[in-house]
Amino acid sequence: MTVFLSQIMNGIQNGVIYASLGLAIVLIFRTTGILNFAQGEMALFSTYVTWELTRLGLPVWLAIIVSMILAFIGGALIERIVIRPFEQSSPLVLVIVTIGLFLAFNALAQLFFGVEAKALPRAYPDRNWLIGGVSLRSDTLVLIAVLAVECLLLWALLQRTKVGLALRAVASNADSARLLGVSAATMLMLGWGLAAALGCLAGALVVPTTSGLTAGSMQGILVFAFAGVALGGFDSPIGAVVGGLIIGIADALTRQYVPALAGIEIIVPFGLILVVLLLRPQGLFGHVKVERV
Amino acid sequence: MSLLEVRSLRAGYGPVEVLRGIDFHVDEGEVVVILGANGSGKTTTLRALSGMVETSGEVVFDGRSIAGARPEQVAQAGVAHVPQGRGTVTDLTVEENLRLGAYTRRDKEVGTDLERWYEMFPRLAERRQQQAGGMSGGEQQMLAIARAMMARPRLVLLDEPSLGLAPLITQGLFRTLGDMNRDLGTSMLVVEQNATLALAIATRGYVLETGEIVVEGTATELAGNDDVRKAYLGI
Amino acid sequence: MAERARRQRLIVGTVVGLAILGYLLWFPQQQAPADVRLWTTAIYFGIAAMGLNLLTGYNGQVSIGHGAFFGIGAYTTAILVNDHGWSLLATIPVAAALAFVVGVAVGIPALRVKGLYLALVTLGLAVVFPDLTKKFVRGVGGTNLVRVPSASLRPPEWMPGGLQPDQWGFYLALTISLALLGGVWLIVRGRFGRALIAVRDHEAAATTVGVDLARTKVLAFALSALYAGVAGALSVQVTGIANAEKIGTFNLSILFLVAVVIGGTATVFGPLIGGFLVVMIQEQTTDFVADPPFLSGFLSGKEVLSPAIFGIMLIVLMYFLPDGIVGGFRRLLRRILTRRQPAEPLGASVAP
Repeated sequence: MTVFLSQIMNGIQNGVIYASLGLAIVLIFRTTGILNFAQGEMALFSTYVTWELTRLGLPVWLAIIVSMILAFIGGALIERIVIRPFEQSSPLVLVIVTIGLFLAFNALAQLFFGVEAKALPRAYPDRNWLIGGVSLRSDTLVLIAVLAVECLLLWALLQRTKVGLALRAVASNADSARLLGVSAATMLMLGWGLAAALGCLAGALVVPTTSGLTAGSMQGILVFAFAGVALGGFDSPIGAVVGGLIIGIADALTRQYVPALAGIEIIVPFGLILVVLLLRPQGLFGHVKVERV
Repeated sequence: MSLLEVRSLRAGYGPVEVLRGIDFHVDEGEVVVILGANGSGKTTTLRALSGMVETSGEVVFDGRSIAGARPEQVAQAGVAHVPQGRGTVTDLTVEENLRLGAYTRRDKEVGTDLERWYEMFPRLAERRQQQAGGMSGGEQQMLAIARAMMARPRLVLLDEPSLGLAPLITQGLFRTLGDMNRDLGTSMLVVEQNATLALAIATRGYVLETGEIVVEGTATELAGNDDVRKAYLGI
Repeated sequence: MAERARRQRLIVGTVVGLAILGYLLWFPQQQAPADVRLWTTAIYFGIAAMGLNLLTGYNGQVSIGHGAFFGIGAYTTAILVNDHGWSLLATIPVAAALAFVVGVAVGIPALRVKGLYLALVTLGLAVVFPDLTKKFVRGVGGTNLVRVPSASLRPPEWMPGGLQPDQWGFYLALTISLALLGGVWLIVRGRFGRALIAVRDHEAAATTVGVDLARTKVLAFALSALYAGVAGALSVQVTGIANAEKIGTFNLSILFLVAVVIGGTATVFGPLIGGFLVVMIQEQTTDFVADPPFLSGFLSGKEVLSPAIFGIMLIVLMYFLPDGIVGGFRRLLRRILTRRQPAEPLGASVAP
């Protein structure tokens, strides 16, 4: 039982990370209909910025906040400068454009920050509690708390504010929203900015729990975040969180309990996605798009 | 001076010119109808006013030029546009659609207005928490009109409000539009194929043919004009 | 007049085609082995892209996992050659067949899972594949890298002309690519091609005119997998190894898609050109950064920059040629032709 609970904890810790990046992916998909392959690399880049800021002597938490703000501005600018010219393009072209961004950001991160692994200190004490034999790390708690706050703020923003209403309106029917006085252009920049800031947070949280920040740090996470989003539904923030957690936990439990799959544990999360999508092609929480007549 | 003054308005899609220089105006408190067959440029006229197509010419609204402005800027200036097909934001609830209508407003009376329109359209009140995409065509048209009115506009542009609706519902709709104009004094520019209903609430009207205005006059004059009667009133 | 334009196009096409073919046949005789291998790589990239184009371009199903089918082809060839002593040439049909069968298996879920969700399932394929090879393949030193004996890369006995392995690989890839190009051409022009396009444009409508949805979609998947498998088999001839890493297989899948789109989706020649460009641009940017003719002070020692340049080039390319090289070429051609032969006056035919 304790082993089981410990593995659940491990799974949750990873799942939270997939969920935070997944949220960013969903946010962009909802507002612009783009699957952003560069999301992980944008997060990577901004995490390097966080690291640079700590080297300049900023406390970690302040470095995270400052880099989130910078990421917000950067994300909005990317939308304006790189994505906007492709407004009328086919989805496939946009996939290629975000792949271009993916390559560019990864390489630029290596160029500016070097190839050796960087360590980012924790913004909180590293503790480990044993509760009934189950080890509970402060990492896990902080990650859960941050994700919870993030979800709450995002929910409040989208559901309880005028800006959130406008964001959702643009995502659903941009022409109509514009006729009602919403600047779609501003909302798209806002969507990208928010997503970049969330990605930055995800990156800053990942690094202390791993062996260090390298140019490959985010690629594995991006794949799992995509998996979580596919499981939960591309247009559903809740789906991204639940999907990410399920993927994390499924992965951890497989590692522990299915020795036959040692080395190929990754089959389980992706098998799970396949099964779920066969039963519900729009993902667990996704909506079937109602055709406008 | 007119509320909306349009001079030699041209508009089109790429190389295809749809509007070939039209002049018209809407005075404060008027209901003006533009009649015309399919493809005569009615919808394009409204889209041109809202900045949704490439245009040239003069468009002066409330003393300010809005020619070449973006759709959201036109809306912020006080023009509400009920597009063809109703423009329902399907993923939002009915109430969210209405609140979105008040997006340009900064005052605190949005809630009061909301209640007023629920009173006017009880069907919307019943469905306020429902996804707007799931409603019938008539209900979505009511929503579109109420949503436009939530902005407290000076001028409402209505693009074929009768399209796809049953005759009885259409009649009720035009009655409501007439009431709104009378009670609130909101000016309206209505584009319609159903000339009988539109002329019944209109002050004046224009007839558009292949991108040019061929007849204009008061509603009574148009209703009495033989050509108009033959072409648009089916008499 | 349309008939004349057609004939003109045919003649120009044949002349250009023969000229290119002539150059290609002559090419390996003159160039360094490394360059010949690079061009061979470009050709098999083109083959994989051609197959993916059948699926993505003509049938509208996006896959970001075809690196896995490529890997299946490469491993089939490498293992048969290395462990079972087959000749490399003989393994190619087997690699193709195996990829085809796995393609059928993957295509079946695609009947229900669509669009982006399908893309993500195929991504799973690309991610799972390297781990599978790590678990089940025993290669050099117990790793998943399989190396074939260098003797197996030589041309078969019956080949005249004393070709070097790189030259043999080039001619082999060229021959196969032409055959597979012909395959695409026949498919696209035939019944099955029309079915593919009908399903892409409107599934429901396609079924009403008698298209077998399941058969069409699964076959599209399997055929595209076959092309990727053949490309993988040919890669062994060039590199002498089969290998799979997590990022590598994912990147490969992405690059195939890039090749399709920059070449021209749903065009016969586009993906071949796209594959060529993807390989060459990457090579050129690497060379450029390694030994820059200008900006050398800034660029020296910054090899990591080459993917950045490649990425930015992709974005710029998409901006100027959203319908790919072939699409852009067609637009250019149309503009030249319409300038030369002014269209009939509009007014006559467009009465409202």
